[in-house]
Parts: sequence; structure tokens; C-alpha cells
Amino acid sequence: MSPTLTFAAESGEAAVVTAGWLLRNAWIFPAIPFCSFLITLFFGKRLPQRGSPVGVAALALTFVLGLAAAGQWISYSNRSEDAAHAETEHALVGASAGTGESAAATAAEDDRGATTEEEDGEVHTQVGEAADEEEHASVAPVESTRTWWQSGGIHFEVGTLVDGLAIMMIFVVSLVSLLVHIYSTDYVHGDIRYTHYFAFLSLFTASMLGLIVSQGIVQFITCWELVGLCSFALIGHWWEEQANSDAALKAFLTNRVGDMGLLIGMIVLFFTAGDGRTFSIVSINQAVVSGTVSHTAMTVAALCLLAAVMSKSGQFFLHTWLPDAMAGPTPVSALIHAATMVVAGVYMVARLYPVFWDGLSIAGSSFNMMVLVGAVTTLVGGSLAFVQRDIKRVLAYSTVSQLGYMVMALGCGAWTAAVFHLFTHAFFKACLFLGSGSVSHACNHSFDMKKDMGGLRKRMPITHATFLIGTLALAGFPLFAGFWSKDEILAGTGGFNLAEGANGSYHVFLVIGLLTAGMTAAYMTRCYWLTFLGEWRGGHDHDTGHDTGHQPAMAVGAAVATGHDAHAAGGHDAHGHGEPHESGPRITGPLVVLATLTFLATFANIPEKFSFIPEGWRLRFEHYVEPRGDYFPTISHAEFAPAVAALSLAMAAIFSGVAIIYYRKVRAQGAYATELAHGPTTRNALAAAGYRVLENKFYLDWLYQGVIVAFIKGPLARGIDRFNQVVLDGIVDGAGINSRKAGDLLYRYVDQAVVDGAVNASGLGASETGGMLRRFQTGRIQQYAALMFGAAALLAGVLVIAVQ
Amino acid sequence: MWLNQFLLVGAALFCIGVYGVLARRNGVMVLMSIELILNAVNINLIAFGAFNGTIAGQVFALFVIAVAAAEVGVGLAIVLAIYRNRSTIDLETANLMKG
Repeated sequence: MSPTLTFAAESGEAAVVTAGWLLRNAWIFPAIPFCSFLITLFFGKRLPQRGSPVGVAALALTFVLGLAAAGQWISYSNRSEDAAHAETEHALVGASAGTGESAAATAAEDDRGATTEEEDGEVHTQVGEAADEEEHASVAPVESTRTWWQSGGIHFEVGTLVDGLAIMMIFVVSLVSLLVHIYSTDYVHGDIRYTHYFAFLSLFTASMLGLIVSQGIVQFITCWELVGLCSFALIGHWWEEQANSDAALKAFLTNRVGDMGLLIGMIVLFFTAGDGRTFSIVSINQAVVSGTVSHTAMTVAALCLLAAVMSKSGQFFLHTWLPDAMAGPTPVSALIHAATMVVAGVYMVARLYPVFWDGLSIAGSSFNMMVLVGAVTTLVGGSLAFVQRDIKRVLAYSTVSQLGYMVMALGCGAWTAAVFHLFTHAFFKACLFLGSGSVSHACNHSFDMKKDMGGLRKRMPITHATFLIGTLALAGFPLFAGFWSKDEILAGTGGFNLAEGANGSYHVFLVIGLLTAGMTAAYMTRCYWLTFLGEWRGGHDHDTGHDTGHQPAMAVGAAVATGHDAHAAGGHDAHGHGEPHESGPRITGPLVVLATLTFLATFANIPEKFSFIPEGWRLRFEHYVEPRGDYFPTISHAEFAPAVAALSLAMAAIFSGVAIIYYRKVRAQGAYATELAHGPTTRNALAAAGYRVLENKFYLDWLYQGVIVAFIKGPLARGIDRFNQVVLDGIVDGAGINSRKAGDLLYRYVDQAVVDGAVNASGLGASETGGMLRRFQTGRIQQYAALMFGAAALLAGVLVIAVQ
Repeated sequence: MWLNQFLLVGAALFCIGVYGVLARRNGVMVLMSIELILNAVNINLIAFGAFNGTIAGQVFALFVIAVAAAEVGVGLAIVLAIYRNRSTIDLETANLMKG
């Protein structure tokens, strides 16, 4: 039974709230890009401009429909509230008529019917239960399902599940994907696999949209894997280079590790959550919320699913694939990091939040696995971003760090803050990635900040301005969206009671969050400075010679850094080694749009405390995106805390200030310097050791490649080989030898003696008898006659005797 | 009293016939000896028939004569075939069926 029907049944005579057409037919969102994929793949090369307009048009259509769906959702959400409101009124009237005593209260209620929600809430708390329902007027998610097949009484359903979260994700994914499509028409122009690239871009978007609107977990897993497949195809787009192909494989295989967790977790959910066995996400969530599900089972499921989140969303210690995924074309990186791939894990947590809420005891415990994973990730990502020379890798580690933030927020119970951060992060991170692509486009397709960049501020004004806006947003300066979402997360940790209304009180994690905020500001300052300030270092050899000298420590990274995007150079690069200049409108356009959105997203979730802004404008994000109803736990929301905001701003300012001081010193050394000749790493052994650890990425790749893989390839493989040779082969050989012996015995004693003996004996007997009888057969007729007469005489004799 | 004489003649003829069948090497002679045996039987049949006053013995003897004629026909044909193959009708040499 669909929740819509449940809702209608509960509300009795209240009008059934019908959802808009797009909400009921959300399959159209993945379907459009999928059609674009098919058309581009099969007919793309024959279409004008090798098929890229198909993808752009499809995504534009998806985006427009997404906007329409958002409108329909807001309308549906409002009408659901009105219906619930009307029902509550009705219940109140009925109750007061019955008792008579509370007639005064009812009158008061009627008088204030038109006043604000806040006052309504106050009145209702006096009346009791009914008030809750209005305060959290539940808005049923729009589900439409169709049975795919059924087996053993279990219905495998496909369908769509649309609520505020899905609508928000559709908006983000279709917008970013549209901009990436437009951007790519210029960026990979003239590429050898241009059509193929666009086809997979569309499929990537389609699978992510399919994941978003998934109604059941089977569908969810399918789309999840499709996303992984597309990322593999796109990261390895320029597979001719070994490093790119390795990076694609690494991304795919690392994700496989987490996918095992996903499968196991989902299987656990299937068997334990819900009345009987169900694949429906809403049913699972309802069952968990209602508290009928074993807590242990949910803990197991949540931990297994957390593994999937760690691999997909690049959480420590499965994040290693994410920076290597920079081997793909830059627009793909933007798509992966902002909208499609890495947010899938965060989206899953948000989607199945009751499972994590209950399994990890988010509200009740002072500590849980998810917040720890998120916090470690955010620190690791933030610290690694400092030592990268490759601008995309800085951004990649920044993504790791920001994803850690989201996961930490989800672990703290700050659901809305996490999802809001996902929303804002999508815009400024896409802006930064596309900006870095624009920069590299101008700098002869290099991503090396120290070698080929610097001084681009004047040469690329639009890219510079948008990149600066993205940097400020990421670093968490006010007026930009990143500040507000980050602040919500920090408040959501509830550390030191600085913010009211948080679900827990995670002091340590507030400190980590603040520290990361400072680090983010510092490494983005570094990145910005190296890229846009100073003098352009490209084309100059004097500063780069010794720089590349101490580079081999970066092992995997270095090859990728210099290798990727090199292929695009062949097709269109008329300017060759010339001076960098601003990119074309198809590249700067998306940048401007994203920078604007980075600013506008601020207004999506204005804190409740800002009373100078009208009621209807505050907390709109929380109001429409956060699920309300029996399939979502009741969470409280941390209030905006000026102290936390001031602290995070101070951290950002201090850290970026330190970075600025450092680079001013660097500039004093010379126009082309990129680091202090006698910096802390050369003077202090501890700092040098720390730098080495960071440069080697905490030795994680070494751990995976050098220890785990080497152990499996070396001692383990040899041991297993020995085991195979000695034990398994021994068993097989022994079985062979023994059965041969048994066969031999059987042959000798049973077959030869008994069976052949019987056959030979019967033959011999017949032969002997024949030999004896042949003597009578003389062939002489007279002898026969003599015998006959003799026998006749004998018979006659016998007859004569017998008769007498 | 007179029956005995006939039976004795028949027995004598039979014995001569048996001797001829067993002792003669000429195929034709053997066939003739078989005729003697059959005629010894005929004498007995007719003697018994006359003794009992019925005609059955004589009818039976006629049948025997008819069968004997057919038998001689077949027998002589075989002897002729043997002669053509081997240029002899000596039965001692005709032992192809020796086991």
C-alpha cells in the first residue's frame, strides 16, 4: 500500500492530495539522458557536431523538467500541509464538542487561524497530541511502483520515489550535468572519442538520476553499479596512457570493495526490516522508524552500508581512488565531484537515514562510527591538499575533505546541514573544477600549479573571478553558500553547547571541523596564489628544473599530473605554446552560472534567527527538502550560533592569513618562486618528516600496493601455491592413485576371475560336449540306419516286455 | 495257423531288407533293400487284415506302396545327383556330414 493511500485513509474526509504529473512520473528524469546516451552512442557520429547537441538538449530538457518538478513538489508539499491542517482543525472541533470544557480554547484557535505558524504551535501544545501533527505535518513521498517480476511471493518492483531530497538532487545533478555538457563541447573539442565521451556523460547522468529516484533497493544497487561503471569509462577516457587506465581500474576496484558492503547491507535490510521482506526504501524506513526492527540487525546493516559510503564517497581509508580519478577529463572530474559519483554515498545515507539513525544510535550515543569516519576523512583530505602541485588534486583532496564534513554531519544527526552542504558544495566545487579546467586549457593542458601557472589573474579575468568566488565559498567566507552550510554542520555537532538544538554533543568533532575549516582556507589560498598571482611561469625553464627533481615521491600522482589532458592538445590547440588567454564562452558561461549559484544558494536556507527576513523565506531548504513523515526519524535542528560562525570565520581568516604571509615571503624571493628556499621543511626535521608523510599520502597507497597487494602477491600467493601443490594436489593425486589401485584389484579378481571365468567356462563346456558328441556324427548313412534299427529293436523289445 | 507263415515270410523279408540296408555299399541296392522292408510290412498288413476280416490292412498297404513309389523316386534322384558329383554311388565315400 502506497504511503499516499495511507495518508488519505488516515485523514478521513480530508481531501486526497494528488501529486503533480512529474512527481508521479519521475522515471522521465533518468529516461531522457538515457535516450540521449543511446542516440549519441548509435547515431552520434552521423549527427551534426558529432552528437554533442543531443546530450546538451537532453540535459537542458531534464533540467527544465526538474525545475517544474520542484515547483510541483512545493505545491504538493504546501497542499499536504493544508490538508493536515484542516484535519487537525476538524479533530479539535470534534474534541471540544465532546468535552465542552475546551470550547474557549477552540474559539481562541479559530481566532488565530490566520496567524503565523509559530503562534499556532503554541496554541496547539495546550490541546495535546493533535498539535504535533500540524507542527510536523507529514508530507507523504510520492511513490509509483510497478511489479517487475515476482518470485516466491516476493515482488520485485521498479518505480520512483520522489520527495524533497530527490527533487533537490535532481535539480543539482541535472544542472551541473547540463553545464558540464556545455563546457565539454569546447573542452574536449576535437577529441578522438568525442561522441563516445558525450554518450557516457549522458549515461553517467542517467544512472545518477536513476539512483536518486530509486524506489527499491534492488534498483538502487543497479544504478549504483552503473554509476561506478560510467566513472570507470570516463576516468579512463584517455586510456592509451597507462596511468589513466590504471586510475580508472583503481577507481573501479576500490569501489568494488565498498560494493560488497552495499550488497551485504542491503541483503540484511531486506531480511530484517519491514513486515516480511520488502525492497521498498520507504517501507524499510517506516519499519525502522516504528521501532519494530532489531537494533543489532540495523547496526550490522548500517556498518556494511558505511563501507559502501566509504568507497563511493571517498571516505578515509578508501578515498585513494578519488585523487587518481583526476586522470579523467576535467569536466568529468567536476561531474564526479560535484554531482554524480561521490555524492551517491552521502545520498544513500540521507535516503536510508533511519537505518543509520537507529543502527548507529545517532541521537543516543556520544560517539558513532560514521562521525569518526567523516572527521578523520576531513582532516586527511584537508592536510593532503597542502602538498599537491596539481591543481585538480588540490581540489580532489578538498572534495574528500568536504565529503568528510557531510558524513560527519550525518553522523551527528545534522541531516539538513549535510544535505545543504552537499547542495552548496556541488555548485562551488563544480565551479572550481571547471575553473581549473579553464586554466589548464589556457596553460597548454598542464595542471601543474608550480610549473605552468601563476599570474593568470589579468590574463583570464572571468576564470579568475569565478575561481575566486569558488575559493571564498569553499574557504567559508560569509556571503557565499559554503559559509552557511559549513556553519550549520559545525553547529550541528553541538560541541561545547555553543549551538542549541543539536542532536548530540560532539566536542572533539567541533574542534576537528573548525580545524578543517582553517586548513581549507589555507590550502585554497595556496592554490589560488600559485595559480593566479605572481608571474606566469609557463614557458620558463629556470624555476622548474629543480622542482621536478624531488618529485618521484609522488609515485602514482606525478605521471598522472603531467599526462592527463595531453590528448586534447592535438585537435584544436592552435595557440600551442603561446601565452595563456581567456577561454571561450562555452567554458566561461558555465563558470559564471555556477559562481552566481554559489552566491544564490545562500538564500536557500536562511537561519531561523534572522528575524528581519520574512518568515516565508527562512529555512526553506529544511522546510521542503527534509522528509517529514513516518519514514524519517524526528531530528532536531541546531540553531544558527553566532559563536560558532565567528569561530569558523576566525579560523579561516587566521589560516589564510598565515598562508598569505608565507606567500608574500615567497614572492620576495623572486617573481618565479613557488616555495621558500629555506622554509620549515628544510630547517626542521619534524616538519620535513611531516611533509614526507603528506607527500606520500599517509603511505596509504604504499600500504595498499606495497604491503597488502605485495603480501597477497608474495608470501600469501606462495603459501597458497604450496598448499595447492602439497595438500590439494596430494589429495587429488592420492585419490587418483587409490582409485587406480582399486580398479586394478577389481580387474584382476572380479572381472578376470569371476566374469571372464563364467563366460569361458560356459564356452569350454559347450566345446567339450560338442567334442564328445561329434564322434556319433560319422556322416555315414548306414551307421545311422544301424543305430535307428538297433534303437527300434530295443524299443520293440521293451514294448514286448512291457506288454507282457 | 496260416497267419504264422505269412508273418514268418514278412519277418524274413524284413531281415533281408535290413541286412541289405546296412551291408550293401551301392546306393541303388540300399534303396532296393528299403523296398524289401516296406514290402515285408505290406505282407504283415495284408495278413493281419485278412485275419481280422477287414479291408483296412489292404488299404493301408496300398498307401505304403504309393509312398514307397514316391520315396524311390526321390531316392533315385539323390543317388543320381551323387553319381554326377562323384562318379560313384558308393555310400562309404558319401560322408560329407561327418562331424
